[in-house]
Amino acid sequence: MFLFVVFITTVAYVFGKANGYGLSFAGIALIISGFMSLGSYYFSDSLVLATTGAKQVKKEEYPELYRIVENLSIGDGLPMPKVCVLHDPSPNAFATGRDPKHGVVCVTTGLLDRLNKSELEGVLAHELSHIKNFDTRVMAVAAILVGFVAILADIFMRSLWFRSSDDDRGRANGIFIIIGIVFAIISPIIATLLQLAVSRKREFLADASGALLTRYPDGLASALEKIAADPRPVRTASNATAHLFIANPFKGKDAKAWFSSLFNTHPPMEERIKLLRAM
Amino acid sequence: MSVPVIIAIVLLVIVVFYVWGLYNKLATGKVRIKEAFSGIDVQLKRRTDLIPNLVESVKGYAKHEKDIFENVTKARSALLKADSPHQKAESDNMLTGALKSLFAVSENYPQLRASENFKQLQDELSDTESKIAYARQFYNTNVRDYNTTLVNFPGSVLGNMFGFKEEEFFEAQEEERKNVKVSF
Repeated sequence: MFLFVVFITTVAYVFGKANGYGLSFAGIALIISGFMSLGSYYFSDSLVLATTGAKQVKKEEYPELYRIVENLSIGDGLPMPKVCVLHDPSPNAFATGRDPKHGVVCVTTGLLDRLNKSELEGVLAHELSHIKNFDTRVMAVAAILVGFVAILADIFMRSLWFRSSDDDRGRANGIFIIIGIVFAIISPIIATLLQLAVSRKREFLADASGALLTRYPDGLASALEKIAADPRPVRTASNATAHLFIANPFKGKDAKAWFSSLFNTHPPMEERIKLLRAM
Repeated sequence: MSVPVIIAIVLLVIVVFYVWGLYNKLATGKVRIKEAFSGIDVQLKRRTDLIPNLVESVKGYAKHEKDIFENVTKARSALLKADSPHQKAESDNMLTGALKSLFAVSENYPQLRASENFKQLQDELSDTESKIAYARQFYNTNVRDYNTTLVNFPGSVLGNMFGFKEEEFFEAQEEERKNVKVSF
């Protein structure tokens, strides 16, 4: 995250210098991006439930699932999140919510069909850890920063059309314009890559926190193996919600080559399983 | 002001903030431990609340197993009276042992085993055992973090100055660790 912020600050500085308008651009861009992302962060629970079609369930409908979530929340000292089920044969799970008091945990019917109790516990502990570590907030901040960079780049490029000839402030200005153009083109891409790197790191963190909660990392490891073995994608997942799931919901699209693997939202399954088994 | 004086003041401010932060960390740790302890109590109470129902429903089918009922009731009262984490852990284990004998005895009464009431009570009791285990884990996690701060440097020095002492884990004595014998 720190690298991300440093990068953003550099970009904003370069754009500011090149334009001669300084920080006011940065301010406006930040506000626009902030509004866009804060809304989705604040209402993340209802938004995600609406877009995926998951429904909240009662204790009587899925008693074992409810009990596991209840017990794990006691183990972490968290208030119990809403428990939801998504009717989809592909095994997967996600968690969202702006803080533990407004947490939501969801599993697919495909997952409930395939996993045994300790595997289910491992998956749910991973999801609860996302809520505990405020990962929604982290990813929202990252999204704000990415949007910020994209808007800045956009404003900068547009402003190049409107420069009058008496804006010419000498050569120092000129160099910054060149650097600015280069940044404008590649910075949104770099920002997105950094955001994806943050997403992968938080997945590893949730794996580790979940294993610490259950004191049984093999549960999650064998659950991940079973999930990886099923090739079907989740029907209602979209690019916006993909990073919330425990495994990439667009099955089979995990790129293996080094460069394209930078665009994965989740770390590769083999590595996650290897790390868990070694705990 | 000369440079050395400024540096000294800055260092002093840093130290003050550090000590302040450490004190708050320890104080917060203590509050968390208390909360976690009450959490265990909540689950223990759930179990002690379920026990009278259980004893009654077994008595309905196995009136003459008086010893078992007495053991369970005695263990339950001991748990209700227990105070410190150590006492609670011990009486909790005693109650678990007494309940094991009760369930072992109920195996001899097929009508009892088949009754819906009994099955539901068994279910809830086993769920409560899981909840107690998780509550204990959460308590021990908080105690661990707090004690670690007190054991490390400079927490140990400052902790002593402010009167913070290590808390005890929720664990049983050595004897209880041996396997509980179920006698018929």
